[in-house]
Amino acid sequence: MPNEKNLLRRWLNGQVDWSAMLEQQQTEPPKAAAPYEPHWDAADARRAVRRGQWAYTTLAVASCLLLALFLLLTVANLPPYGSDSAPTVNEVAQRYVEKGTEETGAVNTVAGLILDYRAFDTLGESFVLFTAMCAVTMLMNAPGRRRVRKLDQDIVDYYQDPIIRTVCKMVIPIILLFGIYILLNGHLSPGGGFSGGAIMASALIIYALVWGGERAAKAIPAKTVRIIVLCALGFYACSKTYSFFTGSNHLPSIISTGTPGRILSAGLILPLNVSVGFVVCCTMYSFYMYFRRGDV
Amino acid sequence: MSFVQNFPFFSIILCLLCAVVTFVAGDRWGRRLTVALLSVSIVLQGCVLWFCAHNNISYAYMMGHFPAPWGNEIMAGVLEPLMALVFSVVMLLSVLGGMRHIEHDIGDGSRALYWVMVDLTLVSLLALCYTNDIFTGYVFIEICTIASCGILCARESGRTLLASMRYMVFSLVGSGLFFIGVVYLYSVTGQLLFPQLLETVGAVWQNGAYRPAVTIAVGLISTGLAIKSGLFPFHTWLPEAHSQASVASSCILSGVIVKGYAFLLIKIIYRAIGPAVYYATGVQNILLVLGLGGMVICSVSAIRARHLKVMVAYSSAAQIGYIFMGIGMGTQVGMLAAILQVINHALTKSMLFLSAVQLSDASQRHMDFPHLRGAGHRDPAAGILFTAGALSMVGVPLFAGFIPKLYFAQEAFSLGWQRWPVLLALVASTVLNVLYFLYTAVLIWLPQEEGCTCRRIKAHWDEKLPAFVLLALGLAMGIHSAPLTALLRQGFALFSRY
Amino acid sequence: MNGMFSHLIENYQACVAVVLFAIGMCMLLFDKNLLKKVIGLDIMDSGTFLLLADRGYITGRSVPIISDGVTDMAHYINPLPAGLVLTGIVVSVSVSALMLGLTIRIYNKYHTLNMDALYLIMSNRRKGGRI
Repeated sequence: MPNEKNLLRRWLNGQVDWSAMLEQQQTEPPKAAAPYEPHWDAADARRAVRRGQWAYTTLAVASCLLLALFLLLTVANLPPYGSDSAPTVNEVAQRYVEKGTEETGAVNTVAGLILDYRAFDTLGESFVLFTAMCAVTMLMNAPGRRRVRKLDQDIVDYYQDPIIRTVCKMVIPIILLFGIYILLNGHLSPGGGFSGGAIMASALIIYALVWGGERAAKAIPAKTVRIIVLCALGFYACSKTYSFFTGSNHLPSIISTGTPGRILSAGLILPLNVSVGFVVCCTMYSFYMYFRRGDV
Repeated sequence: MSFVQNFPFFSIILCLLCAVVTFVAGDRWGRRLTVALLSVSIVLQGCVLWFCAHNNISYAYMMGHFPAPWGNEIMAGVLEPLMALVFSVVMLLSVLGGMRHIEHDIGDGSRALYWVMVDLTLVSLLALCYTNDIFTGYVFIEICTIASCGILCARESGRTLLASMRYMVFSLVGSGLFFIGVVYLYSVTGQLLFPQLLETVGAVWQNGAYRPAVTIAVGLISTGLAIKSGLFPFHTWLPEAHSQASVASSCILSGVIVKGYAFLLIKIIYRAIGPAVYYATGVQNILLVLGLGGMVICSVSAIRARHLKVMVAYSSAAQIGYIFMGIGMGTQVGMLAAILQVINHALTKSMLFLSAVQLSDASQRHMDFPHLRGAGHRDPAAGILFTAGALSMVGVPLFAGFIPKLYFAQEAFSLGWQRWPVLLALVASTVLNVLYFLYTAVLIWLPQEEGCTCRRIKAHWDEKLPAFVLLALGLAMGIHSAPLTALLRQGFALFSRY
Repeated sequence: MNGMFSHLIENYQACVAVVLFAIGMCMLLFDKNLLKKVIGLDIMDSGTFLLLADRGYITGRSVPIISDGVTDMAHYINPLPAGLVLTGIVVSVSVSALMLGLTIRIYNKYHTLNMDALYLIMSNRRKGGRI
């Protein structure tokens, strides 16, 4: 209040008459209590939000630091990096490496691990992908959105660009071929259904990106995608049913492991890689098409 | 090996195949397949339960040609098929009771996918009940997360999208903590299957070198599963998610899915880490304190709720506090009481959600209390069901809710420092339950206002019958719970030996 | 204390992985923008996979693909964490796709990506008894 500043200056200059001021205050009648009017304008609101934001940010950063500290304390207690006497280097890893090729037929021990020793986990994982695809289909097919949102043109029409068009015409088959190669060689070298399927899907996505959604939808219709997913997952479930049933009931399995190192070997691993690859390819492609247009 | 021992595996594969077929088959076939699948699952779990209880065995089933610790395994004793049976029964009755609302709330294009999601929820719960491997548990937890989000956001009206977003955020935080706990546990033990984990964790704890790592790993796993179950400070997603879903989905989410995670935690405590090491780490005290907090504070939030379904959802959060209190007590009787509470809540909460929605249908689809006045006169069957559910939640003798509370109170006297907090919280939460549940139960039976144009509505027996079956099961549990308790004791004895 | 610090420096990859996990989780939980939540989820999962892959490595040994018929375990790293990471990556992609689908639907309906604004809209629309 300006009065107080002046009061201080006047008092310092010796110009204040205290007794007169006190008398003045006593004679004033007590004011009636004014009705409470909350004054809250835009500037106040903005200041309040910023203060709340500041508190919220501090809380978030503090909890992040606390969690990081907590987890780092555990890392300090873990076995050292790269040590060969760690608890994880035990009879489990030993059998996977030493007997893996003999028991599963796969040269790539990780492929033998995920598709033979621990095939139930991979079955669950394929179904995680399937579940996500169903959930995204359900979200994107809601009647609130029109079936195919017709935009007059894409933001960027890649088809008009001659460099992109020509390069993609040459490159898409190569990518597809590379994906199929990775898929088929999963049991012999790094690769497998998941990586191969993702590469194949990227070829299809580039096609849809450059040639446009309508042409892609005509070339790869939604019904085909669904049937492929059905057949691939159905094959996976049925073949693994046979494998689990014969395994747990100690019945002999008719599927042989073949000669390690040849492409047609490793028992069920190659067909399972192919079906997993198709599932991954169809799922990734349909994610892209749903996010793009609202329909495959 | 008897043929019946294949049944857990058959039920899992059958669910997966039904889900895939429903994906292309469409809505009508999807509905028939799902109802048939749930019925078949009930029969299969019942057979396994009878087999294991009769022969008093608990067996491991190899999933593949390689035994543990190299291949996957599932394990069935007495507790696992019992919980799977309870979950299947509650899911079947929820789906049948909520069928009209599914037809109404979910659009034609999405209904087939809704049935796929229900099948996948069932398979994830069955796998969580039977799993003998912690990483398989993680994979099926993720299927459960995505499928439950699917059955939540299938409904197209209301604020389901925001509720599902919040639900997914909390669920994924829980899954992330669980996964990193599993990674830590693997780093210090090198094992993933429960029998080997049990031995190795015991040996590591005795050794003493990696004790902090084991403690924090166990804490992270428990916290992750507690967040997904909706334990007290992490329950903020629960009221929105359970009230915004269609009624069958609310029953499944509230009655079955959160219990699946709690049961997985109980399995991990007994089979993977061992009660001795778990109680030595002291994590159960944190769960106890949070459970007690949840029992009281969520009941207070339920009193302040203005909509019926939100109130019922908050009461779910409070009852989940009971389950974690039982886990946190640190004794076997506490765990027994926690599982009794799981069964009680699954049966009663589904009945409450079904009857709450039927009452609101009788009041022109209004969910707030002024409009629900006298709803019991408009729909007497729903009124009876809601009153019975309210009495069960409060813990009146003869109803299912009395049994777990009795065991909790009895067990509390044998605890140490936890005795007075537990007893106080039990009394406080019962009083608060009375305040909001009996208030609502009385409200629906008040005489209707003059000039009210609501008449008695036509009762649809296909809606009422599943809820009455749930009531009958609850009364059976409340009146004659001795066989169930004996079965649970046998199950725990089998849990503790391999 | 000193021993613990030097142990942390030695295990620096695991430290980085764990810090990424913490940052990602707090982004997922606390950030106001829906897209940033999804990015936080990805960072959190990447941290976990880095930690898991880090735990599988053994110094001086090579990729667990049997070459030249040598099946002795002393030549190869532990294959199990690699298999777990494969499964984990697919799970992470699936949940990210679902969250992105939810984000697109929310944006189409409410035209905002800010959680604060969304909660304001939600509490404004909570009128009457109809949910």
